[in-house]
Amino acid sequence: MKREMTGAKMVVQALKDQGVDTVFGYPGGAVLPIYDEIFLQNDIRHILVRHEQGAVHAAEGYARSTGKPGVVLVTSGPGATNAVTGITDALMDSIPIIVLTGQVPTFMIGSDAFQEADTVGITRPCTKHNWLVKDTDKLAETIHEAFHVATSGRPGPVLIDIPKDVQFATGTYVPPKPSTSHYQPKVKGDIEEITELVAAIEKAKKPVFYTGGGVINSGPGASQLLRELVDATGFPITSTLMGLGAYPASGANWLGMLGMHGLYEANMAMHDCDLLIAVGARFDDRITGRIDAFSPNSIKAHIDIDPSSINKVIKTDIPIVGDVAHVLEDVLKIWKSRGRKTQAEAVQKWHAQIDEWRKVNCLAYRPSEKTIQPQYALQRLEALTKGHDRYVTTEVGQHQMWAAQFMGFEDPNRWMTSGGLGTMGYGFPASIGVQIAHPEALVINVAGDASWLMNMQEMGTAAQYDLPVKQFILNNERLGMVRQWQELLHGSRYSHSWSESLPDFVKLAEAFGAKGIHCDDPAKLDDAIMEMIEHPGPVIFDCVVEKHANCFPMIPSGKAHNEMLLGDASTEGAIESGGAVLV
Amino acid sequence: MSALHIKKGSTRHSAYNLRPTFSDVEERHTIAVLVENEPGVLARVIGLFSGRGYNIESLTVAEVDHTGHLSRITIVTTGTPQVIEQIKAQLGRIVPVHDVHDLTVEGPAVERELAILKVVGQGDKRVEALRLADIFRANVVDSTLNSFVFEITGAPDKIDAFADLMRPLGLTEIARTGVAALLRGD
Ligand SMILES: Cc1cc2nc3c(=O)[nH]c(=O)nc-3n(C[C@H](O)[C@H](O)[C@H](O)COP(=O)(O)OP(=O)(O)OC[C@H]3O[C@@H](n4cnc5c(N)ncnc54)[C@H](O)[C@@H]3O)c2cc1C
Ligand SMILES: Cc1ncc(C[n+]2csc(CCOP(=O)(O)OP(=O)(O)O)c2C)c(N)n1
Repeated sequence: MKREMTGAKMVVQALKDQGVDTVFGYPGGAVLPIYDEIFLQNDIRHILVRHEQGAVHAAEGYARSTGKPGVVLVTSGPGATNAVTGITDALMDSIPIIVLTGQVPTFMIGSDAFQEADTVGITRPCTKHNWLVKDTDKLAETIHEAFHVATSGRPGPVLIDIPKDVQFATGTYVPPKPSTSHYQPKVKGDIEEITELVAAIEKAKKPVFYTGGGVINSGPGASQLLRELVDATGFPITSTLMGLGAYPASGANWLGMLGMHGLYEANMAMHDCDLLIAVGARFDDRITGRIDAFSPNSIKAHIDIDPSSINKVIKTDIPIVGDVAHVLEDVLKIWKSRGRKTQAEAVQKWHAQIDEWRKVNCLAYRPSEKTIQPQYALQRLEALTKGHDRYVTTEVGQHQMWAAQFMGFEDPNRWMTSGGLGTMGYGFPASIGVQIAHPEALVINVAGDASWLMNMQEMGTAAQYDLPVKQFILNNERLGMVRQWQELLHGSRYSHSWSESLPDFVKLAEAFGAKGIHCDDPAKLDDAIMEMIEHPGPVIFDCVVEKHANCFPMIPSGKAHNEMLLGDASTEGAIESGGAVLV
Repeated sequence: MSALHIKKGSTRHSAYNLRPTFSDVEERHTIAVLVENEPGVLARVIGLFSGRGYNIESLTVAEVDHTGHLSRITIVTTGTPQVIEQIKAQLGRIVPVHDVHDLTVEGPAVERELAILKVVGQGDKRVEALRLADIFRANVVDSTLNSFVFEITGAPDKIDAFADLMRPLGLTEIARTGVAALLRGD
């Protein structure tokens, strides 16, 4: 049904027709007509953030925890530029986001008008696609197409720039219809390649699944199929930071996370395997370590929806372009039809070898009765929150890695972290987005003191909407991850890696009408965490931890998987000068 | 051969016709990209090349299908086989890109470029310039008592050769279109 309406009304109508229930945003001159339409309706809830970067991260948290795209509405100029970090974050982590930006009226574009910025120009390299809509008649179809682009194939952020005169003008609204654009990424894998993979599965003696964020992107069905395949074959499985929860941490074949701060057994399995099955993972440099020493003796199969991920970093022997769920379904079908064969005895031996590596107990740390070790804090947090309907976000740094190591995820979409861009300031607003989507759930942001300060203005948002997000700050009064690198690489010269003048977090919480908890005693930690869980509103938990703890295991830059540093190892000369240029 | 009897790095498994190895040898490829002619599409393509550090030797673009609003971008680039494969895959990801063809792989292809050159001089040099132009089948499109403007079409190396010859004869300016290319045959 076609209808005449203003551009601003079209925006709201199109969002409703796309099934949007929540928009994260911040108003300004160039989006006032849209805000007026938001005022006049009750179907879409608008969450007023305190900074546009926060809006995008909140939308990311919303998207990652629901599987639906997140929607952001901001004004022109500074509103749009403030959103850029969040948009780039979503691009790197393949999160579907629709960003609507206001723009100066079409007749003023190019005149350096008040709050004019070349938003499509600035965001071209950090969006999957973007549009400047100059004609109200094209607005509705552009918004519908934007949802299609953001959510199909490899998901990502898109942006629609809407000049103010286009919002005021009247045009014809068209409802969503199945996309007719040429952009229709392939989801079914090539059967010949899939059969090749099945044949490799049947012959492998030392196989490993290396899974990633693509499994989460593919939806809960993909995780289900992955579990079925892993458990039926009995192959060990590891995952990237982005894929945690796709296979349950309590599962029999789980090795833990791999990579720079991954588990010893996971990295050793990657190094020694004879068949590596990459599923929705992109061979990031945090994973591969030294490329020429990466998994030297394995056949590599790679399932990915984005052809550019395949052969980008590591040469693939069996490339399968397609959606994880679609491909795994075919893998299972073909593998079953050929008699469910594996080299069971050899795989058994392989597990025994892995168990040997496991005995290294790579996450061991020195416990203390005087100070809270950060690892201990997370172990306790894990133990005390495990049974809850729980979602965890993180900031960026050591605490993020410890959270990945010490917390277990049983389901997909429960773990939200900034992996690709590594954006400090992600976790707090992301936790807000998650809590909006899951009002009854326990939402915890595992934070570092430095990261948390980067978007602490969002306390206003948490307080305004009475969102019971728990900000669990591992306070080491340091930019811990930076300090660790300075210790390993720069002779312990701690250049500007201190958190000077930290606020009193308890008072800060109270200033926003929230609850603050301070704990620096291991003996009191459990009670304090329980108090946090039981408090019905937002909490800032100032958990004062050991200041110079290092995050281990660690594959130093420029080293191979089997050259990991473990906790007690000497770190002297761990990174050679060649590795020092790497980040 | 590996234990699993799948040749490591085998090309036939590749979705994108990868050449056998990750070789270090730089190759020159001509790539034709069919794109929706929407605002900013050229910026996306160029931004991809600059952002990811790929080379552009030449680039031409024009709308080739006015009703379908499709433009054809012809890019000549250099890189190792792995980089060339990445370039094609990355081009394929750009939403308004319809099709990517590597004419160097799919070829043989006809490659042509047009150039116009201004040669200023008198006496013998002027006569020699005209004689060479004739050999190269370049046309005179403007002349004064002191200068010629030549128009020449051909493969890029033919234009290079002509420009090299004109240089000592008074070449002052040259404008080139960049390569347009099509596959031979049907
Ligand atoms: C301080 C710090 C330390 C880090 N250390 C580690 C570490 O030790 N270990 C670690 O693992 N990471 C670590 N990371 C994260 C790392 O930087 C990368 O973000 C991460 O490894 C990438 O995960 P991924 O390969 O799963 O890819 P993602 O970025 O999640 O990409 C997903 C891949 O799947 C594909 N895909 C998407 N949707 C589908 C679909 N439907 N079907 C098929 N394929 C699909 C995409 O094309 C892409 O190739 C660290 C980050 C930080 C900030
Ligand atoms: C926006 C941004 N700036 C800088 C960095 C570089 N960086 C990575 S980790 C880190 C320190 C984080 O400190 P904190 O949040 O206290 O966490 P910790 O490592 O101490 O757990 C810094 C500065 C970054 N990732 N993001």
